[in-house]
Amino acid sequence: MATAVQATVERENYLNHDYSLKSWLLTRDHKRIAILYLISITAMFFVGGFFAMLIRLELLTPAGDLVSSDTYNKLFTMHGIVMVFFFLIPSVPAVIGNFVIPLMVGARDLAFPRINLLSWYLYMIGATFALVSMIWGGVDTGWTFYTPFSSSYSNTHVVGSALGIFITGFSSIFTGLNFIVTIHRMRAPGLTWSRLPLFCWSNYAASLIMVLGTPVIAITLLLVALERLFHIGVFNPALGGDPILFQHLFWFYSHPAVYIMILPGMGVISEVVTCFSRKRVFGYEFVALASIAIAVLGFLVWAHHMFVAGISVYAALVFSLLSYLVAIPSAVKVFNWTATLYKGSVRYDTPMLYAFGFIGLFTIGGLTGVFLASLGIDVHVTDTYFVVAHFHYVMVGGMVLAYLAGLHFWWPKMTGKLYPEGWAKLSALLVFVGFNLTFFPQFIVGYLGMPRRYHAYPPEFQVLNVLSTAGASVLAVGYVLPMIYFMWSLRYGEDAGPNPWHAVGLEWMTPSPPPTHNFDETPVVTWEAYDYEHQAEIDEEVAVGH
Amino acid sequence: MWKNLPLFPDQASSIAYQVDGLYAFLVVVSAFFTVLIFALVFLFAVKYRKAAHPKPQQIEGSLPLELTWTLIPLGISMIFFAWGALIYFQEARPPRGAMEIYGVGKQWMWKFEHETGQREINSLHVPLGRDIRVILSSQDVIHSFYVPAFRVKADALPGRYTSTWFRPTKVGTYHLFCAEYCGTEHSGMIGEVVVMEPAAYQSWLAAGGASATMASNGKELFTQLGCATCHRSDTQGRGPNLAGLFGKSVQLSDGRIVKVDENYVRESIVNPQAKVVAGFQPIMPTFQGQVTEESLGALVSYVKSLSQPQQNAQGGGPLQTAAASTSN
Amino acid sequence: MATSDIEIAEHNLQHHFADMDQQRETSTFGMWLFLVTEIMFFGGLFCAYLVYRATYYRAFVEGSQTMNIWLGATNTAALICSSLTMALGVRCAQTDNRKLMTILLIVTMLFGLVFLGIKAIEYHEHWTHHQFPGPNFSFPEAEANGVNPQNVQIYFSLYWAMTGLHALHMIIGVGLVLWITIAGARGLYSADYYAPVENVGLYWHFVDLVWIYLFPLLYLISKKHSG
Repeated sequence: MATAVQATVERENYLNHDYSLKSWLLTRDHKRIAILYLISITAMFFVGGFFAMLIRLELLTPAGDLVSSDTYNKLFTMHGIVMVFFFLIPSVPAVIGNFVIPLMVGARDLAFPRINLLSWYLYMIGATFALVSMIWGGVDTGWTFYTPFSSSYSNTHVVGSALGIFITGFSSIFTGLNFIVTIHRMRAPGLTWSRLPLFCWSNYAASLIMVLGTPVIAITLLLVALERLFHIGVFNPALGGDPILFQHLFWFYSHPAVYIMILPGMGVISEVVTCFSRKRVFGYEFVALASIAIAVLGFLVWAHHMFVAGISVYAALVFSLLSYLVAIPSAVKVFNWTATLYKGSVRYDTPMLYAFGFIGLFTIGGLTGVFLASLGIDVHVTDTYFVVAHFHYVMVGGMVLAYLAGLHFWWPKMTGKLYPEGWAKLSALLVFVGFNLTFFPQFIVGYLGMPRRYHAYPPEFQVLNVLSTAGASVLAVGYVLPMIYFMWSLRYGEDAGPNPWHAVGLEWMTPSPPPTHNFDETPVVTWEAYDYEHQAEIDEEVAVGH
Repeated sequence: MWKNLPLFPDQASSIAYQVDGLYAFLVVVSAFFTVLIFALVFLFAVKYRKAAHPKPQQIEGSLPLELTWTLIPLGISMIFFAWGALIYFQEARPPRGAMEIYGVGKQWMWKFEHETGQREINSLHVPLGRDIRVILSSQDVIHSFYVPAFRVKADALPGRYTSTWFRPTKVGTYHLFCAEYCGTEHSGMIGEVVVMEPAAYQSWLAAGGASATMASNGKELFTQLGCATCHRSDTQGRGPNLAGLFGKSVQLSDGRIVKVDENYVRESIVNPQAKVVAGFQPIMPTFQGQVTEESLGALVSYVKSLSQPQQNAQGGGPLQTAAASTSN
Repeated sequence: MATSDIEIAEHNLQHHFADMDQQRETSTFGMWLFLVTEIMFFGGLFCAYLVYRATYYRAFVEGSQTMNIWLGATNTAALICSSLTMALGVRCAQTDNRKLMTILLIVTMLFGLVFLGIKAIEYHEHWTHHQFPGPNFSFPEAEANGVNPQNVQIYFSLYWAMTGLHALHMIIGVGLVLWITIAGARGLYSADYYAPVENVGLYWHFVDLVWIYLFPLLYLISKKHSG
């Protein structure tokens, strides 16, 4: 270990070196920007969660009796928009990635610190547009904005919401651009690509998607706005336009977007599973290349959202086939993580519990994706709760669990404090149980035929909906508890020290919280990723290097 | 199935059994892999926990293992793909001689018209054991025609026809849902599909009070709107002779070859300049705004009838279009 | 004021880079990557264009007949020349030729302004002829030529969207060139530190390249047909 003794005078770190508001709002420090993002996306998560709560309450009874139809339509639309664009897509990259990637590669900051700050401001401006649209009356098109409903029929704040997403999209693009350039150009001496932590590989792959895909949805939403404002006819059949063109353009981004919403989470899992098995990952190259494969193949499957939309049979066949291919690298990762546990020395700290949950739930979510890729099945279950269950399994059971795993894993590094382990374990259990109770019944009610976005439903679907809502209330508790104990830990938590998990990685070789400039001297890397076997030698090398 | 907690929808169509069969196979395989992963994770986490296994063994990887768990899932996936594709192919190809029903979705109701002229709103009566093809379109936004008991679904698009088909195999009343979000009363856009014994269906048709078939309505419109002026039953018309044309391929003025199907006929009525048959001038006026979805359905039905021997209102044998190169 | 090249370079070295080489390579890489995102951004419009041109070819032919090929060609020439002067300007930055660089960058901006001026004239023409999509759109030539004016409206929608987005990028580009002209005239760049000039140059070339595609696609769809 490097410095074992805590200084009695508080050491300079990125949090305490200037307490003024201006120093925060004009910061170029990637760590502070990460904290700014943490606050913003947590707020948006609870906004989206609030909408979810109302949805599940409404669905307790078959009749549409809690809110009006229009309100319900706005609720599921805004839940989707907030959760997808303002929570999931930035979550791991903007909070954990921003904080940890420069540390992991041994750099003092990301390649473009000012663009990083701009990225946060764009996020905030976009979020403001979206929130104002919601407060002024909301939007009811579904997060998918299908035309001609969104472009010609809806009477809600489509343009405002679309503009909010458009602006936030650039936030995403700049984050991705920053990560790609940083990982290419700012790695410490000795840190070759094959020694790079898998968290970097995963975020790199996700960044490729952010950079290449997001501009397409930006221009698509711009066209929808133009259609609403000027009736240009590009998506409205009454004016000669093609609503299916919208779907192609929309899904060309939105399918790869779901890989933005899982790859960074997979990166977290790679870090956590290795640390808490005390082992190098099984099949490093395969996991790394699987990330790239997912990113590439992810761009080739978009029309599997359109199997019943009127595309040709031959197009459907091609997209179905490709959709099976994209499932394979994800499966490979799951097998590799499982194999990493084999003959490891497994600890049950909270991040690892979330990782276990991720592996199980992502497996179910991913396998149900395979159901959807099958044309014969998809015709029956598309646009039903089966799909809703599938994507919540991967996005919540997968990504949110991974995000929580990452937050718990790097919280000591970010804040210098330890959270209370007992409460954390309890929350993990509540999240796991609550989640499954919420979403597993939805597979069943979906195959039964309950369509999505239904405000009222036939009575025979009620029992399953009640189970789902019951689960949601447990899940909600599981989400609220970390809010409380993380805040508590800031004041009352035990001091963490530089490496409370005894992990291998450059970020653990700085103090917690790190100083503003990250490293006193640029480290020189001579070890492979997750080299737990030689951890003692590495520690000595780094200590001597100082 | 339990009345208050059903777990499986009715199987009421010929394809439902196949879809459920594939589903069952997928469930079994997925359950196997899920249990496998859960079990392995649990097993390794317990057996190799820190207290029991303090010193980890560093294992880089294993190429044979990687190949195995890449190729086996790939192989299984291809089985899923092929099976699902086979079902989809069947769903995409309605058998010849299928009874055709036109369905129009509109915010927020379903309107159906049988070829014999019966109209229904939010309910669809069909005979047991017949192949039935539903030709769908929308008057406004995208809707989706979904009958869970049949396992069929197809979007209803504005400006275009789509279709799906099924063969009901069980008498009963089944849910009809709109499965594409379409606005305020999306969840209210539901109805029922009533499968009846053939005799009962005939009685229902007879009692329906339909005054005229869709094709004869179409024929009336064809005259009223002045179509007959240019689309004459000889080769002297300013527009192609439509007798025997439906279902054939024609060459357009730009060289493309298209099939004369429902969508081509529809497009020719509302946007005639888009695809003009070779040898004819682009002078047909558009009827967009002058024809409702129902009228379009009737006109399409009429043009189809000009290709059916027993309903060929023009009489006579195969007739040419102005372009020489047409054949199916 | 007479700071040496090295001093200028060192002054501009950001704290998180090891040396100027790393900083320059990083910033250029970043600009190239940004331009890739711009390709994807315009790409959506090009995709819509390709789909509708294939579907409504004759309407697109009619729409493009209203374009003034001479003005378009002049604009194309202006942009190509501006890319030349821009590239030469970057070369001057590399060789510390401050005076010539300033002149070349000013000429680049002038070409850019010529482009925007001509574009404004064209837009005015189209506007007064009701060739802007919306309730006031009218295209009387449609019926005579056997096309649906609605389909021609789609051509114009794409025309305005694509050239409008391009013009927006041109305005930003002129602004960027103005910035580096002023900074360059004040001696802020040197042979060891000219990355901003190079990167603005890359951006400028990209915007030029987009126009090279727009011109034939929008202006040169078909030779004038007879009757």
